[in-house]
Amino acid sequence: MKSNEKRSDAKRVKGAPLVEIKGLKIEGFSDDKWHPIIKGLDLTLKRGEVVGLIGESGAGKSTLGLAAMGYTKPGCRISAGTVNFDGKELTTASQEELRKLWGSRISYVAQSASASFNPAHKLMEQVVESACNHGVMDRAAAEADAKDLFKRLQLPNPDTIGGRFPHQVSGGQLQRAMTAMAMSCRPDLIIFDEPTTALDVTTQVEVLAAMRRIVEEFDTAAIYITHDLAVVAQMAHRIMVLRYGNLVEEAETRAMLKQPTQDYTKTLWAVRKLQKEESKGDDVVISVNNVDGSYSGLVKVLDNVTVRIPRGKTVAVVGESGSGKSTLARAITGLLPPSRGRISFNGKDLPAKLADRDRDTLRRIQMIYQSADTALNPRQTVRDIIGRPTEFYLGLKGAAKDRRVVELLEAIELDESFIDRYPGEMSGGQKQRISIARALAAEPEVIICDEVTSALDQIVQEEILKLLMRLQEQTKVTYLFITHDIATVRAISDEIVVMHKGKVVQQGLKSEVLNPPYPAYTELLLSSVPQMDPDWLTNLLKKRAAA
Amino acid sequence: MHPVLRTVLQRLGLGVLTLLAVSVIIFSSLELLPGGFAEAILGQSATPETVAAFNKSLGLDRPATTRYVEWVTGVFTGDLGKSFAGAGGWRSDNVRTVTSIIGPRLYNTFFLAALTAIIAVPIALALGLLTALYRNSWFDRVCNALTLTTIASPEFFVAYILMFFFAVKLKIFYPLSTVNADTPFLEHVSRAMLPAITLTLVIIAHMMRMTRASIIALLSSPYIEMAKLKGLTGRQVILNHALPNAWAPIATVIAFNLAYLVVGVVVVEVVFVYPGIGQLMVDSVSSRDMPVAQACALIFAATYILLNLLADIVAIVTNPRLLHPK
Amino acid sequence: MTTEHVDIRAIRSRRTFGQNAWRLLKSAPFTAKFGMAVIAFYIFCAIFAPVITPYGEAEIAGKAYQLSSWDHWFGTDQIGRDTLSRVIYGARNTIGIAFLTVCISFAIGGVLGIYASVTRGVLDQILSRIVDVLMSIPVLIFALMLLTMFGKSIWSLIFILAVLDSTRVFRLARNTALSVAVQDFVEAARLRGEKLPWIVLREIVPNILPPLIAEFGLRFCFVFLTISALSFLGVGIQPPTADWGSMVAESKTLITFGRPQPLIPAAAIALLTVAVNFVVDWFLHKTSGLRDEK
Repeated sequence: MKSNEKRSDAKRVKGAPLVEIKGLKIEGFSDDKWHPIIKGLDLTLKRGEVVGLIGESGAGKSTLGLAAMGYTKPGCRISAGTVNFDGKELTTASQEELRKLWGSRISYVAQSASASFNPAHKLMEQVVESACNHGVMDRAAAEADAKDLFKRLQLPNPDTIGGRFPHQVSGGQLQRAMTAMAMSCRPDLIIFDEPTTALDVTTQVEVLAAMRRIVEEFDTAAIYITHDLAVVAQMAHRIMVLRYGNLVEEAETRAMLKQPTQDYTKTLWAVRKLQKEESKGDDVVISVNNVDGSYSGLVKVLDNVTVRIPRGKTVAVVGESGSGKSTLARAITGLLPPSRGRISFNGKDLPAKLADRDRDTLRRIQMIYQSADTALNPRQTVRDIIGRPTEFYLGLKGAAKDRRVVELLEAIELDESFIDRYPGEMSGGQKQRISIARALAAEPEVIICDEVTSALDQIVQEEILKLLMRLQEQTKVTYLFITHDIATVRAISDEIVVMHKGKVVQQGLKSEVLNPPYPAYTELLLSSVPQMDPDWLTNLLKKRAAA
Repeated sequence: MHPVLRTVLQRLGLGVLTLLAVSVIIFSSLELLPGGFAEAILGQSATPETVAAFNKSLGLDRPATTRYVEWVTGVFTGDLGKSFAGAGGWRSDNVRTVTSIIGPRLYNTFFLAALTAIIAVPIALALGLLTALYRNSWFDRVCNALTLTTIASPEFFVAYILMFFFAVKLKIFYPLSTVNADTPFLEHVSRAMLPAITLTLVIIAHMMRMTRASIIALLSSPYIEMAKLKGLTGRQVILNHALPNAWAPIATVIAFNLAYLVVGVVVVEVVFVYPGIGQLMVDSVSSRDMPVAQACALIFAATYILLNLLADIVAIVTNPRLLHPK
Repeated sequence: MTTEHVDIRAIRSRRTFGQNAWRLLKSAPFTAKFGMAVIAFYIFCAIFAPVITPYGEAEIAGKAYQLSSWDHWFGTDQIGRDTLSRVIYGARNTIGIAFLTVCISFAIGGVLGIYASVTRGVLDQILSRIVDVLMSIPVLIFALMLLTMFGKSIWSLIFILAVLDSTRVFRLARNTALSVAVQDFVEAARLRGEKLPWIVLREIVPNILPPLIAEFGLRFCFVFLTISALSFLGVGIQPPTADWGSMVAESKTLITFGRPQPLIPAAAIALLTVAVNFVVDWFLHKTSGLRDEK
């Protein structure tokens, strides 16, 4: 094959530098001003090497990754520094020079495959487009090669899947098809921009394995961008930790995992170090008995679900998207009356519909949402947001209400200066604290937490989880904690409910569920969660191949 | 059944239902007239005998539902009833039929609309595309301020300014657009030029802004960025990736603005004394010639509904999700 | 305390409402300032019309069809009334009627739209279908027809336009309210057990106010232009009330003699709608920008 001939080119020696970024500064335009995004970064990448860029939101990792292609998003500009790709300076290169590199020698794999594939064309047309366009192969050869790539990426029906449209295949398959598209010209460098973030863990494993295999096979250099250290540990030889557009730490993967030098790096796996002692509870506060639930009566989202929630404990409901875990919460709160079965609270049947529940029952079950941005009314101050439940349920007014609001603010570790703030004037973690205070204000028995930490950065997640645990100790409140993240489950739960496709797979104490013997799905789910071990994926694939 | 066909049929059915509902509204507005129609026409001093005779001669003594069914079926056979116009018209046997009045006027209006569309659509799409591609340039800003100004101005203001400068002062165009059935085609074009330019100015503004907005939305989609990062040329990005997804928004823009013409045409025809259906409707409204007014209203509403229907159908048949179901 | 990074911008020092408004005005672009000045001028003219006009609204002040002079800056009309005075009185009548119409239209469309979005269900379905049908008839055509039926009085004009225009308000109010009503904070209020008035007035309305205010400006322009068009066509505001649309119609023959008389009231209409559009454009940009900021 032509690409193999290229590969034997004398200049293409493994270990020779491919990308050299020096003193790079990038600014973005907003509010009529230029704000720095990247504040002077260096990056060196050798041929065949995979470097991981990791950091939280706003760290500038995607911006840096794209800059390695000589590309900036609209509204951004490179204000200083150089980007050298294989002897060519990209910051001063013309659009035409860049165009010739893109797709052929540098290619890009985006986070959202469903948005990055043109809905109007078949997969095959889009996969072979670069190769045909850059004159690497003719159409027939490119299609044959694409089918070969599909096979290597373990896509189902590799010979025919190219004839499908993007909306006809699943997210995980699309992400692999995009990797094939990026590979079509056998580039020297691929930028992977959070390629598995939108996927469920069990799908993520397959996609990670496929991407890593193909990068190794063709000896391609790659920049792998993610916020998940465990993921990048499987993919990268070397890791750079970024924060606010600065480099925090750079090291070989194994060295970084074994001995991070910076405190900030350690916080990236903060949640994984939290571990609550489990304890058993026998006093059941809510029990869900044989509940079926469906939207518009068509698809059963809950299928004969039975769950018991012990008082004062934390029950974590874990599952992937579509498992019915959020629907379970909606059924308990009365937003989605079950089509069958009943839910009892303190031994009495809970009216199915929200409208039939009295105010005191409503007070006793509170809810905290995933996104504090949408859960807090942007036009109300903290005083109104937290004060309203105290007024509504407990009849507090005027100065008494304000005193209570300040008490609650102290309980969530915010000072009273926050009382007149609007949600837009607080950070994500502070907003989530306000959501917690609003739930606490009702003095509830049960708080349903729906993915409350999944929109937050790791270190903020840890703070919020610690806060929730402390509040539980103080108020003996019961948590129903809905999440897809096993690390979070490990950190705070007493009992775990595993859900899959609307059914309860397993319920038990944390130690029972997280240790063998596992039901098949629990095993699949647990084994798919990336570990802070560079050999985790290799070992897992070996084990699965053996089984 | 194929989902595309099913959706198109659903949409067509909805269109027919809307048309029927609109025809009911138009028809029943006649029934709502306080004091009855005869009194409104004949005056309050009319004797009961005259009123009865009047109603009988127009068939108004029969139940409303019967007359509605007759009217609607008449629409399909091209029979829109008889005009009330003319002294004692309802008593005379040789009153003009609505169809014979509307026919030539309808031709004139479609002539004007077509002329406008031929000038306006290409210019508006081109300008919209250019302002979208050169977003926030001075060219874009000037276009934005200018179009905002034309959108905000009443049609007759634009019309009189054009008339004042280009017809009265500079004498390039005819100030009034009087045409009849014998006017030669080219003269018809030149006489209709000023109203066409007025309408063009008004709809270009809307159309350009809508085109700009939809092109910007399209070009900022991730798959366009992906196409660029695959190293395609600007031409390929536009032709292979933007255009196949642009038909639906473009069709919407065109249909919406041609439908807008339907309204604009009324005022502009009156300004330039152009014998079209818009002027006819205003005249029939002033003289309370209900059958003609109703027929005009129905034609306007039907055009409006059909154009929007057309845009929806284009959007349905170009949607890959419907064309290629899972 | 948290170790989180908080944007400096977010902790803005508190200023009084007046200071904020003044800062906002100062930062406005030229077009918006121009628009606001024009609107203020029109309002001034409308309020103080009797004080600032040299002649009365229907006063015959001289000979017909005079050219402009020191006595009559804009000349006189077909029966010798002073054009300048009538243009100023016209501000009062035309703007007043359009403003009243839009207020009624918002009262009907806004209330029904928000109510439909919160309750959903059958009422929402029925209202939405009715609005779909009514919106498929162009307003000008519909108004022409209805005005024939109900007669050419100012009140029927206001009422008919208000009802027709309320369909547009309904659709916007319903859709924006719906986009807010599905948010978690509204669900949280429902879960708390809040009743409908609280949910509508405290949770939803404050969040849809900016688009509704902008829409008020745009609807005003639309109604104002429609009224002018109807008056121009002779079925809107009737003489002797001074009104810009009918003034254009009354003097329209002059233009073929090369006299720009009809352009004066027409320009008065255009200037106001352009001004309102400039302000709304800036307002929309500003409020949507604020939403992006978080």
